[in-house]
Amino acid sequence: MADRPKRNADGKNQPHLTLHVPEPSYRPDADDVDFSAIEIPEAGAQPRPDEACDPEETHGLCTDLIRVLGDDNRAHGPWDPKLDPDTLREMLHHFALVRAFDERMFRGQRQGKTSFYMKCTGEEATSISTAMALQPDDMVFPSYRQQGVLIVRGYPLIEMINQIYSNSGDKLKGRQLPIMYSSREHSFFSISGNLATQTPQAVGWAMASAIKNDTRIAATWVGEGSTAENDFHAACTFASVYQAPVILNVINNQWAISSFSGFAGGEQATFASRAIGYGIAGLRVDGNDPLACYAAEKWAADRARTNAGPTLIEFFTYRAEGHSTSDDPSGYRSAQEREAWPLGDPVVRLKNHLIELGEWDEERQAEMDLKAAEKVKKDTKEGEKNGILGHGMHQPFSTMFEDVFEEEPWHLREQNEQAESERETKYPDGVPH
Amino acid sequence: MSETKDKPKPKQGRHATGDDRRLNMIEAINDALDVAMGRDENVVVFGEDAGYFGGVFRCTAGLQEKYGKTRAFDTPISECGIIAAAIGMGAYGLRPVPEIQFADYIYPGYDQIISEAARIRYRSAGEYNVPMTVRTPFGGGIFGGQTHSQSPESLFTHASGIKTVIPATPYDAKGLLISCIEDNDPVIFFEPKRIYNGPFDGFFDRPVQNWKSHPDSVVPQGHYSIPLGKARLVTEGDQLTVLTYGTMVHVAKAVLEEKGVEADILDLRTLVPLDIEAVEKSVKKTGRCMIVHEATRTSGFGAELSALVQERCFYHLEAPIARVTGFDTPYPHSLEWAFFPGPVRIGAALDKILKD
Repeated sequence: MADRPKRNADGKNQPHLTLHVPEPSYRPDADDVDFSAIEIPEAGAQPRPDEACDPEETHGLCTDLIRVLGDDNRAHGPWDPKLDPDTLREMLHHFALVRAFDERMFRGQRQGKTSFYMKCTGEEATSISTAMALQPDDMVFPSYRQQGVLIVRGYPLIEMINQIYSNSGDKLKGRQLPIMYSSREHSFFSISGNLATQTPQAVGWAMASAIKNDTRIAATWVGEGSTAENDFHAACTFASVYQAPVILNVINNQWAISSFSGFAGGEQATFASRAIGYGIAGLRVDGNDPLACYAAEKWAADRARTNAGPTLIEFFTYRAEGHSTSDDPSGYRSAQEREAWPLGDPVVRLKNHLIELGEWDEERQAEMDLKAAEKVKKDTKEGEKNGILGHGMHQPFSTMFEDVFEEEPWHLREQNEQAESERETKYPDGVPH
Repeated sequence: MSETKDKPKPKQGRHATGDDRRLNMIEAINDALDVAMGRDENVVVFGEDAGYFGGVFRCTAGLQEKYGKTRAFDTPISECGIIAAAIGMGAYGLRPVPEIQFADYIYPGYDQIISEAARIRYRSAGEYNVPMTVRTPFGGGIFGGQTHSQSPESLFTHASGIKTVIPATPYDAKGLLISCIEDNDPVIFFEPKRIYNGPFDGFFDRPVQNWKSHPDSVVPQGHYSIPLGKARLVTEGDQLTVLTYGTMVHVAKAVLEEKGVEADILDLRTLVPLDIEAVEKSVKKTGRCMIVHEATRTSGFGAELSALVQERCFYHLEAPIARVTGFDTPYPHSLEWAFFPGPVRIGAALDKILKD
C-alpha cells in the first residue's frame, strides 16, 4: 500500500475504521444536476438471447441497459417487439388515461376527498407496457404503483375511484388505504401496503400453477428500495430453487421516499445483477422506453411459460413525483433531477415514436389527452355520488366485523353488538345507516 | 435424480389396523396429513426437511413417496419464503400445509402470517383467502434450549384473523388437524413436541411413558374431524376448574390425581376461537379457576383467560384466579426443569387456591 497508516495512539499501526453512509449525488440546494455519469448505451446495441437460454447468457444484460427507442424516435435492434401501430396507439391511450387519472386523484386528495394517493408519473411504462406483454389471466402481485396494470386489464375507473374514496361503492368495503386495490376477476392480487411481501407470494402462486400443470404464469412488482427486505431474497431463492414460472419486476425509480437507491445497495451493483447470484435470468431495462419494457416482459413471460425458469428484471426509471400525497420531495432531492433525467419521459417517447412512424400527430394526442381527462372527470363525478372519505357515505358499520374470518366467532359477535350499542348511545334519536 | 422407488422406506412406527389402532401423536399427525392429501389433491405439504426425509420429527414421513414430489417437498431454510409461498398457493386455490420446523423459528415468517395471511380475507373483502395450516412443534421439556422450546401462541392469539389450535392427544391431533386443513381461514397448529411420543406427567425424572396405554391414543382409520372452537372436558370435579392446553393438560392431570383433587380440567384445544361457553359453565360450577400454560407469564394467553373469567364469572368466584406459567425468562437449557411449570409450581398454586 502506498500510504502506510500512521501509528495510532494505542501503539498499533492499523487504520481506524470508517463507516460508509451512502449519500445521493444531489440534494435540494443543488443547481448543477448532471446525470452524464450514468451510462446510457445506444438503443438496439444489446444482444437478445433466446428465451430458453441458460441464465448465464443473460448475465451480461444485468449490467447493460436494454433499449429499443433511440434518440431518433425509431425502434432499433433485436429487442424491438415490432408492435403494430394499433397496439402502440392502445399503449399510448393507456398512458394518457393513467396520467389523467393520477392528476385527478392527486387533486382529489388535495381537495380533501380522500386521505392518500400515489402517482406513477414517469414510471407508466413499467406497468402498462409490461402488463400488455402478459396474458390477461396471468396472475399479478403488484406493489402500490401499478395502477397501469389495472388500466390495461380494463378494470373500471369507477371501481378505482370508489376504492380511493373508501365510499359506499367500494367493493373492498372501505377497509384499505386508497390505491390498495384488489380484483380477482382481473387476476390482480390484493395490494398489501407492507413492502415486498407480495414478491414471494407471487412465487408461491407460480409454484402452485406449476404443481397443477396450469398454463398461467405470475408476475410481481417491487420497488428497488424494498429489494432490501428479506421477502425479496426469499422470493429469489424460491424462484430459483423451484424454477417457478414467475417474473420478478424490480422498479428502480431511484427513490424510496427520501432514501436513494444507494440504501438498497444500488451504489455497489445493479439490481438486475442480483439475478446472477441466484442463478436466474436477469435483464436490466430502460424503464422509460415503452418498447423495451414490453419486449423484456414478453421475453420473460415466454421463458416462464415454457418452463425455462424465472426472470428478474430491473426497470431503470425515475420517480418524477413525490412518493405519495404525504411526501414532499423538495425536502431531500433537487427539483432539477426530473428534468435532467437522461432517459426522458415514457409518454413523450412513445408519442414521438408513433409520430415518427407517421401513425400519430400532436393534434390527435391533444384530443386523446382531452378525452382521457373528460372520461376521468365523468367517472369521478359518478364515483362521488357514492360519497367521499369522511362524509358519511361509507359502508354499513356492520361490515367492520365481516371477513375477519369466514364465519364470525363469538368474540367478534360480542364486539359487533358493542359497536351497535355505542351507536345507539351516540344517536339516541335513531341510528343512521 | 433417484426414482421414488429407490428411496428407503420411511419408518412408520407401529401401525396396527382395526378399530383399536393405537398411534402416538407423530403418527396421528402423519395419518391426518395422509387422509387430507388423499381426499383433496389440492392439499400440499412442505417445509424444511419435510419432503424426502419426512421431517425432523417424522410427521411428514412417507408422504412424498405416496403423493409425489410436487405435493410433499423440501424447502429452502426461509420461514418467510415458506409462509409466503403458502399464501400464494392459497390464492391460487391450493390448500397448503407448511411445516415450520420449530415454533422458535417462526419469527422470520411472522410478518407473512400476521400482516398477510391473517389479513387477506379482510383487506380483499373476501376476494382472496388463505386456507393455510401452519404446523409447528412448540414447547419445551426436551432440553432444546431457548431456540427449540418456546411457546409463542399468544403472539398469534393477539392478532386478528388467524386461528390457533393446540392438540393434547393423538386422537385430537388427527381430528383437529383435519379440521384445520379443511378450514378456509389460516390456522396455526402448535404441536406439543414433549408429548409427541407419550403423555407427560411433569416428573421428568420418572420413566418415560408412551401413548400405548393411554385411551386417547386410539386413532380411527380414515377421515374424522373435531370442530375448532370446542374444548374437551378431560376430568370432571367440583373443587376447581383448570384451563390448560397441550403438554400441560397431562401435567395438570397428574398433579391433581396425586393430590386427590377433583377438578374440571378443560383442554381448550382451540385458543382462537375459544370455547367460552365451556369455560364459563365450568368456572360458574366450581367457583375456582386455575390457568396452566408453559409459555412465559406476562401477556401470555393466561392473561386473556384470566380477564375473560373475571369479566364473566366474577360473582361466582370464591378465590382469586391462579395463573401457573413459565417464568419470564428465555428458556434456559440446563435449568429447563426449574423453568417448566411442573408439579411443584402447580401443586403450590393448587394448595393456595383451594385454601383461599
